[in-house]
Amino acid sequence: MSEYRIQGATGEWEVVIGLEVHAQITTNAKLFSGAATAFGAEPNTQVSLVDAAMPGMLPVPNRECIRQAVRTGLAINAKINKWSRFDRKNYFYADLPQGYQISQLYHPLVGEGSIEIQLDDKNPESTKTIGIERIHVEQDAGKLMHDQHPTMSYVDLNRSGVALMEIVSRPDMRSPAEAGAYLAKLRTILRYVGSCDGNMDQGSMRADVNVSVRRPGDPFGTRTETKNVNSVRFVMAVVEQEAKRQVAVIEDGGTVVQETRLYDPDRNETRSMRSKEDAHDYRYFPDPDLLPLELDDAFLEECRASLPELPDAKRHRYETALGLSAYNAGVLTADVETARWFEALLAETAARAKKSEAEVAKQASNWLISELFGALNKLGRSLETSPVSPAAGAELLALVADGTISGSIAKQVLEKMLESGDGAAAIVEREGLKQTSDTGAIEAAIDGILAANADKVEQFKAGKEALFGFFVGQTMKAMQGKANPQLVNELLKKKLG
Amino acid sequence: MTELTDLGIAALRDGIAKGDFTATEVATAFNAAVEAAQPALNAFIVTTPDKALEAAAKVDADRAAGKPLGKMAGVPIGMKDLFATKGVQTTAASHILEGFVPPYESTVSRKLWEAGAGMLGKLNLDQFAMGSSNETSAFGNVISPWRRPGDATPLAPGGSSGGSSAAVAARIAPAATGTDTGGSIRQPAAFTGISGIKPTYGRCSRWGVVAFASSLDQAGAMAHDVTDCAIMLEAMAGFDPKDSTSLDLPVPEWTANLNADMRGKKVGIPREYRLDGMDADVAKSWDDGIAWMKDAGAEIVEISLPHTRYALPTYYIIAPAEASSNLARYDGVRYGLRELPEGAGLQDMYAATRAAGFGPEVKRRIMIGTYVLSAGFYDAYYTQAQKVRTLISHDFTNAFREVDVILVPTAPSSAFALGEKSADPLEMYLNDVFSVPASLAGLPAMSVPAGLDRNGLPLGLQVIGKAFDEQGVLNASLAIEQRAQFSARPAKWW
Repeated sequence: MSEYRIQGATGEWEVVIGLEVHAQITTNAKLFSGAATAFGAEPNTQVSLVDAAMPGMLPVPNRECIRQAVRTGLAINAKINKWSRFDRKNYFYADLPQGYQISQLYHPLVGEGSIEIQLDDKNPESTKTIGIERIHVEQDAGKLMHDQHPTMSYVDLNRSGVALMEIVSRPDMRSPAEAGAYLAKLRTILRYVGSCDGNMDQGSMRADVNVSVRRPGDPFGTRTETKNVNSVRFVMAVVEQEAKRQVAVIEDGGTVVQETRLYDPDRNETRSMRSKEDAHDYRYFPDPDLLPLELDDAFLEECRASLPELPDAKRHRYETALGLSAYNAGVLTADVETARWFEALLAETAARAKKSEAEVAKQASNWLISELFGALNKLGRSLETSPVSPAAGAELLALVADGTISGSIAKQVLEKMLESGDGAAAIVEREGLKQTSDTGAIEAAIDGILAANADKVEQFKAGKEALFGFFVGQTMKAMQGKANPQLVNELLKKKLG
Repeated sequence: MTELTDLGIAALRDGIAKGDFTATEVATAFNAAVEAAQPALNAFIVTTPDKALEAAAKVDADRAAGKPLGKMAGVPIGMKDLFATKGVQTTAASHILEGFVPPYESTVSRKLWEAGAGMLGKLNLDQFAMGSSNETSAFGNVISPWRRPGDATPLAPGGSSGGSSAAVAARIAPAATGTDTGGSIRQPAAFTGISGIKPTYGRCSRWGVVAFASSLDQAGAMAHDVTDCAIMLEAMAGFDPKDSTSLDLPVPEWTANLNADMRGKKVGIPREYRLDGMDADVAKSWDDGIAWMKDAGAEIVEISLPHTRYALPTYYIIAPAEASSNLARYDGVRYGLRELPEGAGLQDMYAATRAAGFGPEVKRRIMIGTYVLSAGFYDAYYTQAQKVRTLISHDFTNAFREVDVILVPTAPSSAFALGEKSADPLEMYLNDVFSVPASLAGLPAMSVPAGLDRNGLPLGLQVIGKAFDEQGVLNASLAIEQRAQFSARPAKWW
């Protein structure tokens, strides 16, 4: 499919990308302690004796964290390992109180799975399957604060021990767009499952980007790993910059060094953090404080049963059962909140119209995508903070459906709803925006317009049928947009007939 | 009447309950004994006479009010300084934790206080429980109350629970907690002529116990005799949801079910424990033990534990590996010692703090542990050791298909002199040769006094049982105790 190539001085290069995504598990408590996990709390207020690694403290796995990781694994069709184990990754740093991170190197909780990405919303052929090697569960570290004191660094342990999933992809991506689409799709799935809130700006989700380049068809080149990239856009930028840099290094006669790099968004460049030579020896070994994690069938079944309809299935259902276009289905299922909003709107609209959801789906989806999204965009708001609820939207759509107002009046009403928070019917009533089906009034308006435009009437009769739209527009204008457009059409046809 | 300090747990508890004496009288007597012995024996790192009196006052008040009394009501005990005690300095006998006062109480010590015990103080030990002679403590050696007749050479009380063994043997505490990673309860008990039991791994919570080697560490009881050990272990044991490796099983009524009748029981004698050049007195005491078992009605069965010879090297890979990681938290950042040389960065602070805070034996084990876990050596050492550990476990599983308990010596010799082995770590490590296999297999094991050797020093016999079968261990030990009639006590020279 995608043929992304870097044009080097010596020919074409292909980029190979793998992502390791760290996703914070949405739970109230940390992976091995009961301490809270809320974002933005005062430093060191969410730290238990375990998180601070006091002498004699022991980790106890939090069942909910394991459950969420298993549900995530099931959502990417992965093999769930009923027997897994925690290992210690040993290194010294001030944000790591135990002197080791509890992770899963040898026996991860979740094995191989995959997700499907689509590069072009409007082209169902542009899909690609990206392999996922594993998901393991591990502890987050604390945070150093270097700006609190002139000569000392402070440590905030609120994040210390927070549960993370590390989701490791196969090196299956071949372009910045694929890497971006993969991360976005992964985020979508996590939010559907509810295992991670996907707030990349709060650090709930971040990616280590592995990039290498090669001549098309050659074996993999040496890779670099750019750490802690925290947006889809930055991931794409890292791939682009890093691939270009590596091509330049190789074409200049150098070799790519396997190393850890950092991305600087201000300069849009990556730079070396540490090379493999001074890499840590983490001395991984099974954590003797923890027994192996053994999952029974009942637990797995409960995890499976609790999974919601996932984005791909939902999208498919929107297209087949609701008859939506591939584009609409894609937009509406891209985020779990959007889908939730749409489904509430759909249910309410169908109920008001006493029709099936399939019968009103098109109207509702078009309105949501082209009208509400546009209006919210102008206001700089998102669906989650929309002053208009799905029920209020359905009320507006019902007014259009039963002919109370026209589509163009509906736009005005929506604007007023967003401004005031009032209901559609109340606004229509207050502002006198009701559509008129008063045949007499419309006929009078038509008569006036035909009389004032006798030349155009002649031209129309002579075969210039495109002028019909002109007469409709003039009539609607004369009726201040409130005339029933169907009636206008009918009456005009008769008079011009 | 005998002195109060001569009494053990059962006698003290029952005497208080009957009103023969008060808990406060008991605490006062032991507090005085501790104070008198402390300069000579150095068994305690800190003494807490007020804690002992406070607990005693509560027991006396409860008794007066007719409230039910706990299993350990009115018994003041020594607490090994590896257990975190709320509001009382907890050091693991290391300079790196000097001055550390935990805001929490270990599960085991909490259970003991809830059972009515009081605390005489925090007992000295080998630093981070690493040692077999109590010579690695940052707070000075513990001196055994035992001496060779006519010889004032200071002897080792064993280790790592050397403060515990010395205090109980000297009758300055009726009982003490110990922890056993490779023999740290059993070997000091044997060296000082007292009883000590290490239960099945997971019986006692490790929560709040400063970790040495997590997969091996297990708390236990050290006391005058088998019955007292049973009473105390009942008070200490039990499932703890805060320790993932804790056994989720009810605590049996070991004391009520004590029974020295060994008829119908089979006692295994592993031929691999009969080492070439074995100390003649140790060999004789083992034979005595076999005879006593027969006398108690047991059938003696020779068994084989073929991987025994690999136990010691296996232990000295696994334990340091875990320790090297467990001790990483002592970094000077959050608590304990911090050495911050002028202009030091983070790495310098780590290096200076750990260099100053850890003693040589602790550093040695951290180095060994770091080495065996490092890339390129991991499979050759750690992975291999884990495999051998499994084989050693299987040896026991196979043996226990045939026999009910296994009888072996506790240690290869009686107590040695301080300084005699401390120059050669390997020779010191060899002291654990009989105790380490049961630790690797997580099995309950107990040392009971068997007699004195040619130097007039105590020797212990060790009973190893099936997992969860502390009862079998206690019963066989009781049968030995009744026949050994061990009544020797160190002459009071302090």
